[in-house]
Amino acid sequence: MFTANNTLNPPKTALSPDTLLYATGIHKRFTLHNQGGIKLPVLSDVSLEVKTEECVALTGVSGSGKSTLMKSLYGNYGIDAGEIWLKHNNHWVDLAQLQPHEVIEVRQKTIGYVSQFLRVIPRVPALDVAAEPLLELGCDTEVAYQKIKELFSRLNLPERLWQLSPTTFSGGEKQRVNLVRALAVDYPIFLLDEPTSALDAKNRQVVVELLTEKKQQGSALVGIFHDREVKETLSTRELVFQADQT
Amino acid sequence: MKSLLNVTKLTKTYGNIKACNNITFELYPGQVLGIVGESGSGKSTLLNSIGNNLLIDSGEVIYVNQKNQVLNIKQIPESQHRKLTKTEWGFVRQNPRDGLRMNVTAGANIAERLLDVGVRHYGNIRQEAAYWLEQVEIDTNRMDDFPHTFSGGMQQRLQLARVLVTKPRLIFMDEPTGGLDVSVQARLLDLLRSLVRNLNLSVILVTHDLGVVRLLAHRLLVMKNGSIVESGLTDRVLDDPQHFYTQQLVSATLVP
Amino acid sequence: MTQTKSTNNQPNASTESGFNFAYLDEQTKRSLRRAILKAVAIPGHQIPFSSREMPMSYGWGTGGIQVTASVIGKPDTLKVIDQGADDTTNAVNIRRFFAKVCGINTTEKTSEATLIQTRHRIPETPLKEGQTIVYQVPMPEPLFVIEPSRTEAAKMHALEEYGSMYVKLYEDITNFGHIATAYDYPVMVNERYLMKPSPIPRFDNPKMNNNPALQLFGAGREKRIYAVPPYTKVKSLDFQDYPFNIEKWDNKACKFCGSTDSYLDEVVTDNQGTRMWICSDTDYCHHQQKSGIDS
Repeated sequence: MFTANNTLNPPKTALSPDTLLYATGIHKRFTLHNQGGIKLPVLSDVSLEVKTEECVALTGVSGSGKSTLMKSLYGNYGIDAGEIWLKHNNHWVDLAQLQPHEVIEVRQKTIGYVSQFLRVIPRVPALDVAAEPLLELGCDTEVAYQKIKELFSRLNLPERLWQLSPTTFSGGEKQRVNLVRALAVDYPIFLLDEPTSALDAKNRQVVVELLTEKKQQGSALVGIFHDREVKETLSTRELVFQADQT
Repeated sequence: MKSLLNVTKLTKTYGNIKACNNITFELYPGQVLGIVGESGSGKSTLLNSIGNNLLIDSGEVIYVNQKNQVLNIKQIPESQHRKLTKTEWGFVRQNPRDGLRMNVTAGANIAERLLDVGVRHYGNIRQEAAYWLEQVEIDTNRMDDFPHTFSGGMQQRLQLARVLVTKPRLIFMDEPTGGLDVSVQARLLDLLRSLVRNLNLSVILVTHDLGVVRLLAHRLLVMKNGSIVESGLTDRVLDDPQHFYTQQLVSATLVP
Repeated sequence: MTQTKSTNNQPNASTESGFNFAYLDEQTKRSLRRAILKAVAIPGHQIPFSSREMPMSYGWGTGGIQVTASVIGKPDTLKVIDQGADDTTNAVNIRRFFAKVCGINTTEKTSEATLIQTRHRIPETPLKEGQTIVYQVPMPEPLFVIEPSRTEAAKMHALEEYGSMYVKLYEDITNFGHIATAYDYPVMVNERYLMKPSPIPRFDNPKMNNNPALQLFGAGREKRIYAVPPYTKVKSLDFQDYPFNIEKWDNKACKFCGSTDSYLDEVVTDNQGTRMWICSDTDYCHHQQKSGIDS
């Protein structure tokens, strides 16, 4: 556990004890040096607060900045201004101020992220790929693999695929590996970037069940759901993005 | 978490050329730090300034050793530095010929680091060598073969075994996947990843392959003309590059 | 080396005229003695010296001759052996050389000699206090096989980094099941410096340990002198589970003297492959034969 100075100061606003994520005044623009240095503003003064057992759906047309916010909340994109407060190990930390190695720890323990893509080393079996976050947390190998196998079964990933590398999988199979990878860990915060986009109805239902369980266990969820049914079942609130909010 | 290595304002010049200009970074236990940049950007000089006894013009390199002693690497006696490079540190070279003894068997290559630290029991050395060959996925019945009979990927893994046998804490890698074909490269990457996790290794990885750093490195330094132009979490640097050069580098990659 | 001050040695009537005593000029001998003293002070450590041109080619014992020339005095009795024999070309010539330029007594008997110059053997008869043995050394650097750079090798000596030297022994055991290095077998001197004992058979290595005689080593081409002072620990490199051992000749005895505990040479005597084994140390063999007849 790290104890950098910024972790000791809570956010200036008084927050409810139920709050797990509090982002405020987020600005993000991209400067494209290769295209004459044009600047593309994407997020302008965006704020978001998510409490335990909540699920906030980010909605808006494509290009409105939903994904950019998600990636910013994960530290994948650096923001130009604003604060992203997370409750990590019972301390408030501002993701925007953390050192890289501290962000790594926050990601290991506090934020789970389900992206649309799965980036893996080609020959590593699906089981190992999915078990990695658990193992990095120091989970017992046996226990970790058991948990992954259960989740694979629940999501109907055929057992013959478990020992194969996901690089050869279909989109839906890859997505399930990706989901299991994140959902195996009890993160307080889950960021879900179109988690069911490539799944059939049956598996979509399983994902909704799994995420509902996470919510009931106290996790805070932020998601982009292209599927209306999924969104309506899961989300407790919506944050609407305007196409041209600048 | 306490850092393992702290490099502060390291500068190394060759005549008028600043090979490393004011380089500052720190490395934490169990983490892989990638250093990317084009040829001649100073990556290898930086690696050699820290890991080898290359004289530097100014700056500080602080390393915390196994006994928790804080060592100023550029000021400790040469004997201590050499000892570090044979025990707590390890080098994996791009060209296995630079990292291996090609005229002695694979087993002897691994044995050497044990012999260096005073192990004098042949049977025990053989056992250790076999264990580490297994760890790097080389069939133990190749132990008495010469490295030149090995494939490129095996030679790289043998370099790793040779280094790992003394249970190092910090490994320097200079383009370790350089001459390998894609599938062999994948195997080595997978191996490195699990070794880093299982042995809590810290690695400084110099490469020009962005695909390699994305899969392996936690953090990234982007170097150009001897300076760090951008640094941070690997996925942040690659997905949201800020500097002109980094954007160019990322957009020039075939499969990012 | 019973007389150290040889400045007053004038060649006597029986010596070749026109040469200084022991061939080398006095300044050269002094510089060599300084190197020898240094070598004795740091057992096993190689001391550079300005090797002179000698009236023989490199590889024939120029280093040994220079060391002998710098320590020899009038009262000395010199014995020269080559592969244990007193009567081979190299031995005969070097002995005659010193007889000519020093007018000293020579002998073939180990026990009578005060100074012994040797190529590739240590006499079987144990050496005594007061005796000096001078080895001819072709290649003084034991690390040469591992590290071709002199500078780097010097550093390895300075830092006592001798692990890589064991790599060779490791390879021997791996390839042959035992340490197969038969001659010039590396030793640790005084638990500090790694040393090449010159190409003596490893059979002779144990004789170097704790020897009452002064042992000097001269390498003419490589320009190095090193030494093992009397009663110094000399240990052959080995592994705990593969301890150092010497050659053995199962049930073989010297054809002439019947010795079973000396170093035996194998000699093929005809075209049918008939062989015999004889002592390599001719003086020892004669002595054994004589005492055999006497008893």
